Amino acid sequence: MDNAAKEKIKAIVGNKNFTDSQEDRICYSYDGTAVLHHLPEAIVFPETDEQISKIMKLANEAPFNVVPRGAGTGLSGGSIPVENSLVVVMTRWNRILEIDTKNLTVTVEPGVTTANLQSEVEKYGLFYPPDPGSLTVCTIGGNVANNSGGLRGLKYGVTKNYVLGTELILPNGDLLKTGGKNVKDVAGYNLKDFIVGSEGTIGIITKILLKLIPLPTESITLLAYFDKLTDSAQAVSDIISAHIVPCMMEFLDNTTINCVEDYTHIGLPKNSEAILLIEVDGKGSAVQEDAETVKNIMKKNRASFIRVAASISEANILKTARRSAFSALARKRPTTILEDATVPRSELPAMIEKVTEAARKFDVTFGDFGHAGDGNLHPTCLTDERDKNELDRAHKAFDFIFNEAIKLGGTITGEHGTGLAKKHFLEMVAGIPGVEMMKKIKSAIDENNILNPGKIFTISPKCEGSLPFKREQIKDFHL
Amino acid sequence: MSEKINLLVLQKILPNDDILSQCIHCGMCLATCPTYELTKLERSSPRGRIRLINALAKSEIELTDTFVYEMNFCLDCQACETACPAGVKYGSMVEAAREVISESEYGASFSNKFKKFLLRNILASQPKLKFVSKLLFIYQSFGIKKFLHSIGFFKLLSPKLGEVDKLSPEVSKTFSSNIFQERIKPKGEIKYKIAFLTGCLMDVMFAEINKDTVDVLTLCNCEVINPKNQVCCGSLHAHNGDIETAIKLAKKNVDEFGKFDYDFLVSNSAGCGAFMKEYGHVLQNDFNYSEKAKLFSEKVKDITEFLSDILPEITFHNVEGSFTYHDACHLAHTQKVTNQPRKVLNSIPGIELNNLEESTWCCGSAGIYNIVHYDDSMKMLERKMENIRKTNSSTVLTGNPGCISQIKYGAKKFNVNVEVFHPVTIIKRALLNSNKK
Ligand SMILES: Cc1cc2nc3c(=O)[nH]c(=O)nc-3n(C[C@H](O)[C@H](O)[C@H](O)COP(=O)(O)OP(=O)(O)OC[C@H]3O[C@@H](n4cnc5c(N)ncnc54)[C@H](O)[C@@H]3O)c2cc1C
Ligand code: SF4
Ligand code: SF4
Repeated sequence: MDNAAKEKIKAIVGNKNFTDSQEDRICYSYDGTAVLHHLPEAIVFPETDEQISKIMKLANEAPFNVVPRGAGTGLSGGSIPVENSLVVVMTRWNRILEIDTKNLTVTVEPGVTTANLQSEVEKYGLFYPPDPGSLTVCTIGGNVANNSGGLRGLKYGVTKNYVLGTELILPNGDLLKTGGKNVKDVAGYNLKDFIVGSEGTIGIITKILLKLIPLPTESITLLAYFDKLTDSAQAVSDIISAHIVPCMMEFLDNTTINCVEDYTHIGLPKNSEAILLIEVDGKGSAVQEDAETVKNIMKKNRASFIRVAASISEANILKTARRSAFSALARKRPTTILEDATVPRSELPAMIEKVTEAARKFDVTFGDFGHAGDGNLHPTCLTDERDKNELDRAHKAFDFIFNEAIKLGGTITGEHGTGLAKKHFLEMVAGIPGVEMMKKIKSAIDENNILNPGKIFTISPKCEGSLPFKREQIKDFHL
Repeated sequence: MSEKINLLVLQKILPNDDILSQCIHCGMCLATCPTYELTKLERSSPRGRIRLINALAKSEIELTDTFVYEMNFCLDCQACETACPAGVKYGSMVEAAREVISESEYGASFSNKFKKFLLRNILASQPKLKFVSKLLFIYQSFGIKKFLHSIGFFKLLSPKLGEVDKLSPEVSKTFSSNIFQERIKPKGEIKYKIAFLTGCLMDVMFAEINKDTVDVLTLCNCEVINPKNQVCCGSLHAHNGDIETAIKLAKKNVDEFGKFDYDFLVSNSAGCGAFMKEYGHVLQNDFNYSEKAKLFSEKVKDITEFLSDILPEITFHNVEGSFTYHDACHLAHTQKVTNQPRKVLNSIPGIELNNLEESTWCCGSAGIYNIVHYDDSMKMLERKMENIRKTNSSTVLTGNPGCISQIKYGAKKFNVNVEVFHPVTIIKRALLNSNKK
């Protein structure tokens, strides 16, 4: 990016919303993803749709790349800058525009944090369920772009189940509006759902319309301790086949339990091989009945102890502790590479076995935790990026885990997105026709490939002949 | 120049790379950082600052205006340490960065020099502090202040200086260390021997709170030992990059308190207590002091922490009123003391203790932050005062002198009708009533 381009950008957003200082470039060179980072050329904090539109047009001319960014908690490198790029930070777009209590919807700007949105709508007795572990920090824009899940996904689904519409600026500068307040709408292709999970490669989202549901009145939260890992996995399967749908069913292995306890000091059982954090919610006596059934299933699977939260505040403490799991694992080793392999729920016990096998085979340490009810685990490799040899073994272990997950009918990422970190594995899941269709769509919308290029997959215009589809080929082409 | 600094960073700040590598840049600390909340800029967040310190240490950047600004803009409230699940020791990193700044050419700037002079020469020496405070006292009580205000002297100097002057706490009529004997015995049998840090600012600005603390302790059957030659704990020096003086003061206190035999060392100032608990760490590499300092630190307790431990032995009498409790940063985040004060206050019959939203959010006082960063500090204070207003309480209790004067100032500035006390003042009331009975 040359000075002329920078001057033009400044003219668009104003001097105060532009920076290219070395300090700021360093501070926007990373997100929550381990190991990966890259310096952007400059950073802007746009204030209006028009400014974003002008930036997109300029990016096509200048040219430079545009990388949208929320709070930078992403775990697949979605908002990490690429070569010759301008980072567009959306955190200051943090207003809640309308809470519609008649249609049960909320309209927000993309920079509102998930926790803030939830507490505001709860004042009206309404509920926005998706709750990523990072909810106090991450933005709704990031959630929509990554189709984020959370602890309550088991019963309530993920972000896509709540997006009713979006407004976004396309790479050519046009404003696209998708969806609306209608409960039913089948006019044309379903563009609204296509935007969800597009990881900032299709447009910069500037407004989001979300569906709300009534706030459940009762909930019971409990924690079951297990001496054997396999018993906990079996208990999860038994609950699902008993046709009970808890709103959350979270799994923590022994390594994770120890790290979380060292941080929170809330009396977690440091000797247990696993714990399950389960919450049932709803209305009236059904909640109590479900909780009893859950307890019986836990006992049948040899849970050594069942702790029932005595109050809402105790339940919150337990959930907050679970949310800290990923970061708490960094107490053991400085680099924590977290993965997101997901399998059909019935295969969960097999998957947990495979992670243990990977650790043994490649001589690395894993902490394992995650959304057991969804079959979505986060095996996290505890390593040190300064030790290249170990890092290499860690990557091999992940190759193994991904392959095994796919053999079990699973996928490489359940909720964190493909981004930079997992694009080499995309073809394994989506297949060649799938990846090819994605690339064609992207090229049609973003002719010059200026918006978050190199994320999800690589489009390489310089390539002669057929595009690289094989994993090995793609590796050589990434930015 | 830059080479020298980076060497300095590496030697002094990063004895090993581990502290810096521990941050996994997950961002979980962002939501609790008051400066990030103000600017929404990554570089005013804990995660950004850690990355910048890292970059300085690895020579990716030089010491620049922006770097210096961000390190000083940080409140050192350590809310991010509480929030960080990975256990990153942010506080020691930023304090180290400040040390590098103060030894560089940036340290030579006027305001930094003035700060250094103040810290080294006045606070560190009890007689000088008393002398200056006496002058201040004369100035405050003989209407000179009023006169200067009336002719707009402060406004003339700088529009903000006038406000800053109002922020500095009123000096007490007598200094507590002048009234206290070295040993103060309770009326009845001695159950505990408690050493007491009178503290530099506490002594001259908040002598009443010191008196209340001593009274509370003696009413609870403690002998209070008040070493005559004790000095300022050194926390303000350490937070502002003057580790050298801080270490000198720490050693002196270890020596002076070491002359007495006591069960616990009690502090009524969150900042002092926090730093004295760190002596063991600060002096860990000192051959002569490491053991003694470790023992010293293990015995340090905040007054509310101590009272909460001996609660079953205390009887309280009725104290009417609606109260709320603000968590001082160095009590909540540095010492992790949040339940104990509430437990003690809640056991006083008649007290209605209202929940304060964002009670662990910094009030903006932060040592001398409210003087150096007046405007930012006021934004934080306004947020605090709004939360206090919402509790509908008539009294705010908080365990740190800086917070007390800041919130008192906020009550006036933002028109919130509350009184502000240290918890011991109320605890004393509750004890005295019961003793009468
Ligand atoms: C401790 C921790 C726990 C987590 N737990 C979960 C979890 O339980 N479930 C889960 O699903 N994820 C989880 N995550 C991952 C992450 O928080 C989510 O992916 C989140 O949605 C990212 O939001 P963000 O605002 O930080 O976005 P960023 O990381 O800044 O960006 C994410 C992606 O969105 C794009 N983007 C951001 N804003 C816009 C916009 N306005 N328009 C277009 N594109 C945009 C970016 O380009 C990027 O591709 C966790 C992360 C951490 C660090
Ligand atoms: S300091 Fe802790 S919470 Fe903050 S980004 Fe680093 S690891 Fe995460
Ligand atoms: S100490 Fe306080 S102000 Fe400084 S980075 Fe941490 S939370 Fe922010």
